[in-house]
Amino acid sequence: MNNKRKLLSIPYLLWAIVFIIIPLFMVVYYGITDKTGAFTFANIAAIATAEHGKALWLSVLLSFMSTVVCLLLAYPLAMILSKMNIASNSFLVLIFILPMWMNFLLRTLAWLSLLEKTGVINNILKFFGLPTMNIINTPGAIILGMVYNFLPFMIMPIYNALVKIDPNVINAARDLGAGPFKTFTKVIFPLSIPGVISGITMVFVPALTTFVISTILGGNKILLIGNVIELEFTTTGNWHLGSGLSMVLMVFIVISMILTAIFDKDGEGSML
Amino acid sequence: MKNVLVNLEHISKSYDGQMVLDDLNLYIRENEFLTLLGPSGCGKTTTLRILGGFETPDKGRVVFEGADITNLPPNKRQLNTVFQKYALFTHMNIAENIAFGLKIKNKSKAYIDDKIKYALKLVNLDGFEKRMPNSLSGGQQQRIAIARAIVNEPKLLLLDEPLGALDLKLRQDMQYELIRLKNELGITFIYVTHDQEEALTMSDTIVVMNQGYIQQIGTPERIYNEPENAFVADFIGESNIIGATMIEDRLVEILGARFACVDEGFGRNKPVDVVIRPEDVELTKNPADGTIQGVVSHVIFKGVHYEMEVQANGFEWLVHSTGMFPVGTNVGIKVDPFNIQIMNKPESEDEEAVGVNE
Amino acid sequence: MIKTTAQRIYVALIFIFLYAPIATLIVLSFNASKTRSKWGGFTFKWYASLFEDEKILQALGNTLLIAFLSASIATVIGTIACIAMQNMKRKSRTIIMGITNIPMLNAEIVTGISLMLLFIILGFKFGFMTILLAHITFNIPYVILSVMPRMKQLNPSTYEAALDLGASHTQAFFKVVFPDILPGIVSGFIMAFTMSLDDFVITHFTKGAGIDTLSTKIYTEVRKGIKPEMYALSTIIFVTVLILLLLVNYAPKKKQDTAAVK
Repeated sequence: MNNKRKLLSIPYLLWAIVFIIIPLFMVVYYGITDKTGAFTFANIAAIATAEHGKALWLSVLLSFMSTVVCLLLAYPLAMILSKMNIASNSFLVLIFILPMWMNFLLRTLAWLSLLEKTGVINNILKFFGLPTMNIINTPGAIILGMVYNFLPFMIMPIYNALVKIDPNVINAARDLGAGPFKTFTKVIFPLSIPGVISGITMVFVPALTTFVISTILGGNKILLIGNVIELEFTTTGNWHLGSGLSMVLMVFIVISMILTAIFDKDGEGSML
Repeated sequence: MKNVLVNLEHISKSYDGQMVLDDLNLYIRENEFLTLLGPSGCGKTTTLRILGGFETPDKGRVVFEGADITNLPPNKRQLNTVFQKYALFTHMNIAENIAFGLKIKNKSKAYIDDKIKYALKLVNLDGFEKRMPNSLSGGQQQRIAIARAIVNEPKLLLLDEPLGALDLKLRQDMQYELIRLKNELGITFIYVTHDQEEALTMSDTIVVMNQGYIQQIGTPERIYNEPENAFVADFIGESNIIGATMIEDRLVEILGARFACVDEGFGRNKPVDVVIRPEDVELTKNPADGTIQGVVSHVIFKGVHYEMEVQANGFEWLVHSTGMFPVGTNVGIKVDPFNIQIMNKPESEDEEAVGVNE
Repeated sequence: MIKTTAQRIYVALIFIFLYAPIATLIVLSFNASKTRSKWGGFTFKWYASLFEDEKILQALGNTLLIAFLSASIATVIGTIACIAMQNMKRKSRTIIMGITNIPMLNAEIVTGISLMLLFIILGFKFGFMTILLAHITFNIPYVILSVMPRMKQLNPSTYEAALDLGASHTQAFFKVVFPDILPGIVSGFIMAFTMSLDDFVITHFTKGAGIDTLSTKIYTEVRKGIKPEMYALSTIIFVTVLILLLLVNYAPKKKQDTAAVK
């Protein structure tokens, strides 16, 4: 009868094979063939051209920087939140999920109103007699958009890892002579690494591959690798090239998956 | 008399308006094995946390070797704690766990390696240096937690229900281990538990606590044989606690019958409580031989003895005896005067709380 | 004291950062001026004209229908998969969980184009159906990740106890197991619904011409300027959800017993 219940996994397994596994092989198939169906590495090698290489480099740079900013903002926040006695973390999840009920494109667009030359932030700066800033259509605006959109994905895993630390383990470190700084570097931070790693991958991957944030906040002047791929699929119509470039992205994704698997064996730093 | 190591003076502590400790006074001598015993919520763990530096009392002082350490953070105190559920650092191996405190104090590598070897030998886990905490059994993790604390050569070791997570057999073995360790190290142990048997087995001194107050301080023998109030009598072992009247010195009236006893100084015709341990109740075959008479209502075989209930003068007497009387037998009840423990009736409401919720 | 005040200010700043764009959008929905960069006075007119804009209403209908259907189907498939996994050996469970993690960790653009290529090869007509299939696919993992922890916490003895007391397997499941995992199922459904509602990238690649969800409609408007009715609509959706959440959270419920402090 246990076997009978195992059969219940068949609908999901079929679904996963048809809609998750096979499509990924499609990408690979298109990536290594040309329009005639002949085998080629040209689509993948295309990443080395000046145009694509520049887009990839810029994507890596901007997503790396926003990941660092997210980590620096999220870690202290997660520490503070983990020390507050919040009855359940479902409340926290709600706070971070609630904004999703306002469309993600609109939320990102709203930053235009806030950041524009005559926008809210500059008006506030002017009011206090401070110099105004102009970051719309710059890489800075894209980093801000990435941080804004993906910060919750950094906060939640770190928070979840921190609340799982037995308070007595921290007490034990203090008891054995460690001051607050040593307690943090030797005990709290090492124990939160699964959350940090899973936070990093959950910010880095979407930031690396986005085309929406750069379209909205970069004013179409800045092309990220995501924009290049999107154009290949929707405008230029060269799926083979688009797939080849996507395979390059998949290398980054697979590396992050492996990292997560190594550091977060028990799913301790999970999002939910 | 040995020197006083720690003095707790007028300690009070409350959480959210609820009093957990109320004007607690306690001193601990050098080289003493002192146990704080009581039901959950009695304030024993709070007392230990105040000693460890994890809580600050609202009122009162903690004096350690003559110096006030009330506001000293835990990392500056010359004592170490063995935590409930061990609290080992799961990201470090056993050697790193044990070395933690020594590395912070910047001891030399040779010294640290020596200490690790010594500590592991002391807790009978030689060769475990490279193992990870999660690969160890509960009992082994417990030993590592102890080793991690004692390598720092504390003058005082605090143990917070350290055996609570272990099964019965292992717990008994570890009790002997702890006594051996304490003797080898020659330091002071303060031990928190709700297990009265554990307390009786290991301690030099037991402090029985309830609802933030100390109920009695004494040696295990004294606590068991001469409980000062009904709470202590009820919490430590099984007992018959009966309301009675002290007629005069050495004579008490229990359930309408007069019993000889050895207590003096309670006054005349004074209401008191008496405690009689079940093993001290003697049953006589001939009812007339007893001070009072009753009928056996219940018999259970317990291995070492029979446990019987005897209805006599409106009270259900609990009796432990190697001899057995079948249900329905008429028996007499006798008690040796030395085995009748007279206690004052509780004066305040706090002391009256006999209800043991465990 | 100073430390906790500084901490509170920090938390407040982060929340201002997260919610400032939302406040902006709500303000814009009452802006009489059609351009977002100028404040033209307070008005309700976009809320009125919203209900006459058939294209927006059509997109809203599609969005809600796809979110509801995809979340429901994903909840059923995901929950059944969890029951099956509970009865599997560790190894096969790890493999399935690994597959489940792919859409979670994979980039949306890759998931989007991979499904697009699949639908092309299979010769599907792009439209409502393809969007729905895509949404179900990325929603199932959210359901599994919500239900699985609940499943693991289950005490297997309660199920056996139900059998022992005469329940059939089906009865035992619905009377004993199901109530225990229900909170996980509900939160999985809500997560899935939210993700579907907020999705743009995957819809963008799987929708085809002639059909729009709110996201894709907004995207096409980004260049020519967002219709203020969109701000009004998102404000309505956001405020509705906020009120619902407050109702659920502050509905009278039994106070948790504060555990006695040792």
